[in-house]
Amino acid sequence: MENLIALLVAAPLLGAAVLLCGGRRLDKTGHWLGTLLAAVSFGIGAVLFADMLGKGAEDRALHQKLFSWIPVEGFQADVAFQLDQLSMTFVLLISGVGTLIHLYSVGYMEHDERRRRFFGYLNLFLAAMLLLVLADNYLLLYVGWEGVGLASYLLIGFWQHKPSAATAAKKAFLVNRVGDMGLSIAIMLMFTTFGTFAFGPVLSSVGETSEGTLTAIGLMLLLAACGKSAQVPLQSWLGDAMEGPTPVSALIHAATMVTAGVYLIVRSGAIFNASPDAQLVVAIVGAVTLLFGAIVGCAKDDIKKALAGSTMSQIGYMVLAAGLGPIGYAFAIMHLVTHGFFKAGLFLGAGSVMHAMNDEVDMRKYGGLRRYMPVTFATFGLGYLAIIGFPGLSGFWSKDKIIEAAFAKGGTEGWILGGVALLGAAITAFYMTRVMLMTFFGEKRWQPAPDADTAPSAEPAAEHRAGELPHPHESPKTMTIPMIVLAFGSVFAGGLFSLNESFVKWLEPVTSFEHGHPPIGAAAVTGATVVALIAGVGIAYAMYGRRPVPVVAPRGSVLTRAARRDLLQDDFNHVVLVRGGEHLTRSLVYVDHSLVDGVVNGTAASVGGLSGRLRKLQNGYARSYAVSMFGGTAVLIAATLLMRGV
Amino acid sequence: MSPTAVHGLWTTAADPLDRIPAPHIEYAQLAPTLIVVGAAVIGVLVEAFVPRRARYLTQVFLAFAALASAFAAVVALAGAGYASGKAQIAAMGAIAVDGPALFLQGTVLLASVVAVFTFAERRLDPAAHGNRVDSFAAQAASVPGSESEQAAVKAGFTTTEVFPLALFAIGGMLIFPAANDLLTLFVALEVLSLPLYLLCALARRQRLMSQEAAVKYFLLGAFSSAFLLFGIALLYGYAGSVSYAAIADVVDGTVARMDPALAATMGNDALLLIGGALVLMGLLFKVGAVPFHMWTPDVYQGAPTPVTGFMAAATKVAAFGALLRLLYVVLPGMRWDWRPVMWGVAILTMLAGAVIAVTQTDVKRLLAYSSIAHAGFILAGVIATSKDGVSSVLFYLGAYSFVTIGAFAVVTLVRDAGGEATHLSKWAGLGRRSPLTAAVFAVFLLAFAGIPLTSGFAGKFAVFKAAAEGGAGALVVVGVISSAIAAFFYIRVIVLMFFSEPKPDGPTVAVPSFLTTTTIAVGVAVTVALGLFPQYFLDLAGSASTFVR
Repeated sequence: MENLIALLVAAPLLGAAVLLCGGRRLDKTGHWLGTLLAAVSFGIGAVLFADMLGKGAEDRALHQKLFSWIPVEGFQADVAFQLDQLSMTFVLLISGVGTLIHLYSVGYMEHDERRRRFFGYLNLFLAAMLLLVLADNYLLLYVGWEGVGLASYLLIGFWQHKPSAATAAKKAFLVNRVGDMGLSIAIMLMFTTFGTFAFGPVLSSVGETSEGTLTAIGLMLLLAACGKSAQVPLQSWLGDAMEGPTPVSALIHAATMVTAGVYLIVRSGAIFNASPDAQLVVAIVGAVTLLFGAIVGCAKDDIKKALAGSTMSQIGYMVLAAGLGPIGYAFAIMHLVTHGFFKAGLFLGAGSVMHAMNDEVDMRKYGGLRRYMPVTFATFGLGYLAIIGFPGLSGFWSKDKIIEAAFAKGGTEGWILGGVALLGAAITAFYMTRVMLMTFFGEKRWQPAPDADTAPSAEPAAEHRAGELPHPHESPKTMTIPMIVLAFGSVFAGGLFSLNESFVKWLEPVTSFEHGHPPIGAAAVTGATVVALIAGVGIAYAMYGRRPVPVVAPRGSVLTRAARRDLLQDDFNHVVLVRGGEHLTRSLVYVDHSLVDGVVNGTAASVGGLSGRLRKLQNGYARSYAVSMFGGTAVLIAATLLMRGV
Repeated sequence: MSPTAVHGLWTTAADPLDRIPAPHIEYAQLAPTLIVVGAAVIGVLVEAFVPRRARYLTQVFLAFAALASAFAAVVALAGAGYASGKAQIAAMGAIAVDGPALFLQGTVLLASVVAVFTFAERRLDPAAHGNRVDSFAAQAASVPGSESEQAAVKAGFTTTEVFPLALFAIGGMLIFPAANDLLTLFVALEVLSLPLYLLCALARRQRLMSQEAAVKYFLLGAFSSAFLLFGIALLYGYAGSVSYAAIADVVDGTVARMDPALAATMGNDALLLIGGALVLMGLLFKVGAVPFHMWTPDVYQGAPTPVTGFMAAATKVAAFGALLRLLYVVLPGMRWDWRPVMWGVAILTMLAGAVIAVTQTDVKRLLAYSSIAHAGFILAGVIATSKDGVSSVLFYLGAYSFVTIGAFAVVTLVRDAGGEATHLSKWAGLGRRSPLTAAVFAVFLLAFAGIPLTSGFAGKFAVFKAAAEGGAGALVVVGVISSAIAAFFYIRVIVLMFFSEPKPDGPTVAVPSFLTTTTIAVGVAVTVALGLFPQYFLDLAGSASTFVR
């Protein structure tokens, strides 16, 4: 069985190679090949899953060593895989959602000339992401980590002819470098501390290591997670990443890649467990991001950016849960999976809406679409109910558990974290209701399509007809089927996982689990969550359901304006990092010119000057030479005698 | 009466001479020297008796055969164990046959073979009146610019005397590093120097400059010989013997018997220190160490380029050999006296050579200053006073001599109407016009600069390593700084050749015969081979690094 693991990665990798190297011959069929190979990967995953279910909980983990990568004395790196319950969960999520989104993209990218390349990149992403979660050591994980970063960069900038897309890709790349640096430092620290990279030896020898070292490793891992998962302070790239095609936003920037940070933290749980300081920082980062993303999500009029803020916020929940230790790990992953379903569904729904509305992304120009796009409305609506935590749907089960666990952390920080999570739930309900109402309810606020040349977005999925009002229509089957499947997941996954605590028990051998005991009782927490939900929905309804939505956004309060600017994240980065960096480089250049070059040029000039003066001694007269020799001999003798004297 | 005792008789003048026994000579162990000197004598006879037309071929063949068979003899001696276990002192204490001597003799002979090839090159200078000519004056005795010179050129005369002269010089060089008493040392010095003075005066072009160089070399050489000789006298006064072993015994205080006739001076340390310093000075003059280096640029520039290459390589090998033996066999007991002084000399030599080279505009003068700097690097290895120090110096000398001969051979190729175009400005853009020649020269320059994968790096590394382990860390620091300065002017030439526009009236690169081609090819091959696989040769040098006493 373990020999199948490599095939999980190999299938999409083969697809990427064939599609990217195959040339124009594959333009007609390439997208189906890519989809097929994604499905193959999912099929293998399903077989392995079935096999795993047939075994006892403790011997479910499989290992496969493919080859020895860097065999050097004292430095052993293998290409080896580890498939345990945690990896299995990710494999099914990645390949399952991945396959659906491949299918969706067949319709969505139908009119794009570079569709083959797009599918090549998608397959590349799948391969890298599967490598990331299947690696049995941190070094190989790092390969996958960089691989998904590359695929993300390529796909955000897929429409590279748009300057905004090219810039967004570059921004994502640069911000992620900061996080990647953290991961590489963490790996180096691990090597110097433990002498190995493999998960097993590293995580089992945590007990013999000083807490200071573990805190350093933990914080570096957290930095890596912040970069990849768009957590404060490395969150600024995710909103701009929405410049990529919508299936990319759904797959990479909602369901899978951005959750890699959560995987990393949960996988390294032993390190964080042994370093309460690092763990607390993780929880704080999660809590801050949770509110940050939610507030940004409230102010955005661009449907994808509102959803991006929501993604940030939901990953904040997962990171918060991961920062709670064994009482939270399982729920972090559970929320990750349910979020994978409903957020991918929401993004696909958003793509479907944009598809229908001439690529318009401004929700103020939507309205009343429920009648024209019933399937999209239904699936989007189920995703909406799931994400706000409507009782019984997926999001309810997972988010409620996280809030409970946050309270159960205990002490003042338990109250603060729990309160933040609860507040986040209310804001989530508010902004998602706002999205729902602005898009599908109210009167039509449709605007004529702008001229093709000046179109802000160049999504070529729909034909632009300049000057005409959009004719909303339901999307083709290849797009609706994935949405329907994901809607099923949004509705049932959470309940299924919570049935008899099956998900927690499934993960327990890997992540370990403790029951958290919130100080106010589980029922009270659930009640509070429902109240928060009702409050959020109610306020949103009062603001957007009862009153007409203006087409031009009102000026809004200071907070609203700040939130529209992503809470001034870019201004902050500009002032502190860009300006600061410019000052630093300018002063370094100054030092380089005046000091370093000065010393170098000065040395060169003085050597040259000395040389010019010394060569004058070489005047060509044998008599001078003889004098020099005589003097030299005298000095030689004198020095010899002096040495004896000393 | 044992041979050593007999030797003691004629070196210890105070003993009564009742009879003079026939000296016992180990001909087989002296074969390399005897072959070369014998061939030189035959060469003189060839000049006298063989018709002018046939002399060139005869002399070239004779010289090559002599050098090749002498080298074979060296290899045979080394193979017979004289380099290690059977090392001994031959010719009644006059000549040592041991590892360093054989290694250096082999190096001198190999370098000489390729150097003699450049002597014999006759394709570079345009034919004068239908006669192929070499780099040497048509008739050495004719006054430059005189009618007799023109007549000699017209008649197609060539100075085939250079071959026996070179062989005599080589003979001296073979004895020099093997000399085991001070008199033999002095005789060897003169035997190698006198022919070189003559050779320096024999340039076909720029004869006045060549003669000036020869006169300077001769005057300063005689000057330094006088110092050396005086030093020998003082050392004799100190030890009552000129034999290395006997002097060393007195220095160590293990001498068995004080000579009554010399009782007043024997063991007087002032004599030892002054005499030692003077002998050292004579040898430092030969290796071109600062402040006894001033002849080097003028002579290197004025001498015919093949002679410069020969001199720069072979003389340096021989002189360093003699210096090593003096310091390691005679004066190890007083190393605390000479080491600090040599430190100073080495530092001055490295720095002055590198610094002054920076502003040179003539290729030959540039290489002359470079050779001064290299003498400093080698001195750093000498100062290490360890077995590693000896082996690193041996390796360095072998590596350096082939780079040097090759580099000067390339210089002979770059010519314009006035002969060799040695001014650096004329080398601009050479890499565009003659990429192969320029690339080969670049390889030599990189080796001089000590860039990895060339023999220069391996040599420098070995020398500096030995010096550092011998407690001369500061010397290594100065050495590395000097290497950095030196790298500047080597690389500058490369930049000039490859990244400058060629001048319209620039020089052309002559197509040499197989002789010079072989020389350059061997130079490149040795440079790269010693750079890529230095270990075998380092081991060889290491196994030959024990002096017999």
